[in-house]
Amino acid sequence: MLQSKSFAKKTKQGRVIKVVREHYLRDDIYCGATFCKVCDTSAARLSASASATILIVDTNVVLNQIDLLENPKIDDVVVLSVVLEEVRHKNLSVYNRVKALCTNPLRKFFVFSNEHHRDTYVKDMIGESPNDRNDRAIRVAARWYQIHLGESTQILLITNDRENKKRATEEGISAETVESYVKSLGKPDLLDLVVLSSSVDVPMEDVEDLRPSKKKIIYSEHKPMSEVTSGLLHGIYHQGKLRVNRYNPFEAYVGSESISEEIVICGRANMNRAFHGDIVAVELLPQDQWRDGKSLIIDDDDDDEEEVHLVPNSADDVPRFENPVQPTSGSSPPVSSHPPGRVVGIIKRNWHSYCGSLDPMPMPAGNAGVAHALFASKDRRIPKIRIQTRQLGNLLDKRIIVAVDSWDCLSRYPSGHYVLLIENDINSRPFSSQVLACLPPLPWSLSLEDLANSNREDLRHLRVFSVDPPGCRDIDDALHCKPLGNGNFEVGVHIADVTNFVLPGTPLDEEASQRGTSVYLVERRIDMLPKSLTEDICSLCSDVERLSFSVIWELTPDANIVSTRYTKSAIKSCAALSYVEAQARMDDSRLMDPLTTDLRNLNSLAKIMRLRRIKRGALTLASPEVKFQIDTETHDPLDIGMYQIREANQMIEEFMLAANISVAEKILKHFSLCSLLRRHPSPTKEMLEPLLRTAAAVGLDLDVSSSKALADSLDRAVGDDPYFNKLIRILATRCMTQAIYFSSGDLSPSEFSHYGLAAPIYTHFTSPIRRYADVIVHRLLAAALGISRLPPIFMDGPQLTSIADNLNYRHRNAQMASRASVELHTVIFFRNRPTDTEARILKIKSNGFIVFVPKFGIEGPVYLVAKDKGSSDWVVDEAHQKVTKAGTKITYGILQTVRIHMEVVEPQPNRPKLQLTLII
Amino acid sequence: MEYVDSLTGFRLDGRRPNDMRQIRGEIGVVAKADGSALFEMGNTKVIAAVYGPREVQNKGQQINNQALVRCEYSMANFSTGDRTRRPKGDRRSTEISLVIRQTMEACILVHLMPRSQIDIFVQVLQADGGTRSACINAATLALADAGIPMRDLVTSCSAGYLSSTPLLDLNYVEDSAGGPDVTVGILAKTDKVTLLQMDSKLPIDIFENVMQLAIEGCKAIAQYIREVLLENTKLLESRKGL
Ligand SMILES: [Zn+2]
Repeated sequence: MLQSKSFAKKTKQGRVIKVVREHYLRDDIYCGATFCKVCDTSAARLSASASATILIVDTNVVLNQIDLLENPKIDDVVVLSVVLEEVRHKNLSVYNRVKALCTNPLRKFFVFSNEHHRDTYVKDMIGESPNDRNDRAIRVAARWYQIHLGESTQILLITNDRENKKRATEEGISAETVESYVKSLGKPDLLDLVVLSSSVDVPMEDVEDLRPSKKKIIYSEHKPMSEVTSGLLHGIYHQGKLRVNRYNPFEAYVGSESISEEIVICGRANMNRAFHGDIVAVELLPQDQWRDGKSLIIDDDDDDEEEVHLVPNSADDVPRFENPVQPTSGSSPPVSSHPPGRVVGIIKRNWHSYCGSLDPMPMPAGNAGVAHALFASKDRRIPKIRIQTRQLGNLLDKRIIVAVDSWDCLSRYPSGHYVLLIENDINSRPFSSQVLACLPPLPWSLSLEDLANSNREDLRHLRVFSVDPPGCRDIDDALHCKPLGNGNFEVGVHIADVTNFVLPGTPLDEEASQRGTSVYLVERRIDMLPKSLTEDICSLCSDVERLSFSVIWELTPDANIVSTRYTKSAIKSCAALSYVEAQARMDDSRLMDPLTTDLRNLNSLAKIMRLRRIKRGALTLASPEVKFQIDTETHDPLDIGMYQIREANQMIEEFMLAANISVAEKILKHFSLCSLLRRHPSPTKEMLEPLLRTAAAVGLDLDVSSSKALADSLDRAVGDDPYFNKLIRILATRCMTQAIYFSSGDLSPSEFSHYGLAAPIYTHFTSPIRRYADVIVHRLLAAALGISRLPPIFMDGPQLTSIADNLNYRHRNAQMASRASVELHTVIFFRNRPTDTEARILKIKSNGFIVFVPKFGIEGPVYLVAKDKGSSDWVVDEAHQKVTKAGTKITYGILQTVRIHMEVVEPQPNRPKLQLTLII
Repeated sequence: MEYVDSLTGFRLDGRRPNDMRQIRGEIGVVAKADGSALFEMGNTKVIAAVYGPREVQNKGQQINNQALVRCEYSMANFSTGDRTRRPKGDRRSTEISLVIRQTMEACILVHLMPRSQIDIFVQVLQADGGTRSACINAATLALADAGIPMRDLVTSCSAGYLSSTPLLDLNYVEDSAGGPDVTVGILAKTDKVTLLQMDSKLPIDIFENVMQLAIEGCKAIAQYIREVLLENTKLLESRKGL
């Protein structure tokens, strides 16, 4: 049966055209109930029992209650295609989650294509809004199910929409709200996952306002969508993405196309409940308020306690520092020339789940254990979120994930609900049996078949070795270096041949692709691949024969590449060295054995390569890495120190970089549209602002016009103090964003470049055991060499883009988890070890300063004035970044060395934190 | 964009990957022509008119041992959503004209009609993807209607590859995805491929699957065209009987 759908559409040029699309209706769409006697049940997923209750959910239930739906106690759910489509338009991440439910073999979620079913398709009625039409479609489908499956099966429409529920009941369909349905199940723990509608929101007010009777309007109402649209059309409002200032969450920018300037939004009232990343409609403030920017800036009072934290590795790690320091004296130019505005409406929300912890609070008495708490996200750009929970005791002091549900204009904070106690959305569950079934049996050994493969070169005769951190068990890379007769060297980088075992499309591959990366925590490792692959079959351990994927160069003594070749290979490592061992061998001039000679040759080549790279403008940034020594029994840290970078580390790094670049060139040459590459965007001027300000305060002139210029001026930045250069580099590091994965088809070649490495293209090839990106690149390289075919997924641009996005997300989460783990262990370490140490001032504030503690790689605030004391007698000199005690000569300036005392205190019970105090 | 819903397996318009759009053919729509036909593949609607065999207009083009086949392809100004004036003889239509001419020429028994000329006019009334296939199918029907001797029926269908799935008979939305798009023309009885075009790239093994799918499509169309012709013949017979 054929239906024609027609609608009007506006083209980019602004013309309105009529679009006609065919819409086929079918009679071969089945209900999905296993017990159905009429339908084909081969793809059925719903209950086998005819007396079951089958749920049909509406769009808002999916959008708002996805956490509930994900709970395994909820099952036998029909997801209509009309609902899926609406969800996809409104929130892609929820869409992906519900999609995962519908494909999970363990769950009974069935997708019913009501829009293509002959009996459930509904035609648009004149004057009916799309929402009403879709609600009607849901009811029609629910009725169809009821008639189709008969009276013994209960079909329950779950909707929180009062009107829809009323109509359903009138039409003879049973309908329930989410809450009443979950209550009827009698499972109290499920109730925590239910997102409450705002009508039952009232008691929450207790949290923020002790006078619940005095409900006042805190934010202005958002304008209705129709008004926003016409306002945008008439140029009264401007549309853009809201970006909250990293350093000041009460200030945001909206880049608008309609006026070429960025609009600055000051204060929570003007931000009017918009979140970072929301698409908003903004109205410019009247001209007379333009210069008034100052007074607008601080209108919020919740001054968060800053905490001691790890030194950020990039701009993405930098937490919100503080409210902006306001000059206390003297007139100053207006804060910015950006026109100020305020948010009048939100066009598209960017709400998702956030990781953070609850603000400390006493356990409530009574009220059936229901507590209202405030959640503070780790991302300081996100406002605090109110949640309601029945398990406060469990959640306090833990890292949790909270999702936002709503924010009405009567509440200061948005309300949300608790989702998970998982840290950073990392999957630490054991591997499923389907995944484990993909593994080759142990003990694994090289087979004759592997060697007979004409694509695999037998390199077992080569003196291959690996150099890694001590105790490394997942060895993905090994090297060899052989002097050639002509004075050149043959250097090979051999990478574990993971894709020989992880085949595309297998459950093992899917799982690895979802995990994206292994996560390294202080006391344990969460692997991307099962242990037998990670530590045994793939790991290039010494004295065993392993499969590898090799990049082999002929290098001249000045490390110029004469030729490059790539091959699958079989190797036998002769030594798995630690960095310290390798370094010691090279340094010990008495050692003349072949292995040590190889090391020395490699090292001298690496030094030349490194120098050349730096000359090209590669940045050598400083990101201090903290190292713990962990007690094997108590898992408590025994010692803490900075990770020492040796020549041996740099040597390995250099060859890995070279291999990655060589592979990037090869795959891009063959697959210009679907190569997975890694790029590092150049930092914008705005991002480098904090660095330039600090540099200016100490009289240092930095040229940030290019990576090369910046690298050069960083090299020149040497004071009389040996640590000065490192400090400047640390400050530069935190201004940069992180490098990201992307598909080469999505960008133009000029955007491929890696700023930090000063390389035109780059990718990840050398760590396939712990990074999925490398697995993809291995497949690309194998296809480029004609060894295997490219899996079909590479033909699918959008799919590849989403894989790259997921890898970026996983990568980021893994890093956050590692950092959180180190921060936690730092506090544990200092708990019984009050310590005095040296620190450097990084930033001046009105009541103190932020210091960096080089020895432990942490930074945090030092207060000169106690928090509760009102006025301060310290005067801040913004331009010179100095703070001076009024009427005295006591002054502290940026980068100055101070001595501090570190101690763990517990201002609130069970919330220990590291406190830094100044020793005068 | 998902061109095949990963959950339901349906395409955007409700077809499964191997489903063709609804097809419809009608003979004798232009009374003045010697043969004419309308052919629809979903919302793609094409009209073809055939004149000839007749005397060669431009004597210089006359071929002594076979007929001269000419083809003119055009798109009606109203055939797409935005009504734009289309210049005649732009590169795209010249190319399609050539494709149609070559495909038809391969099945017309040209040597039976030396020193004559056969004109095929095809116009797209409504474009929604797969126009060149629809044109060839319409031309086949119109040639048959004109009674021009042919070796076999030539039919055409396209198939593409989107969301990692081979898809039969792409519509406009799917066609504009920019994915690989294979148009095949075959001689239905002898299974000979007379037209093969592809946009974009495909690995060889996938290409074979996609092409096979398009060939299946061609066969289904041939079956339908045969029915239309048979129906038409019956109609003519019954008229004669009157
Ligand atoms: Zn059924």
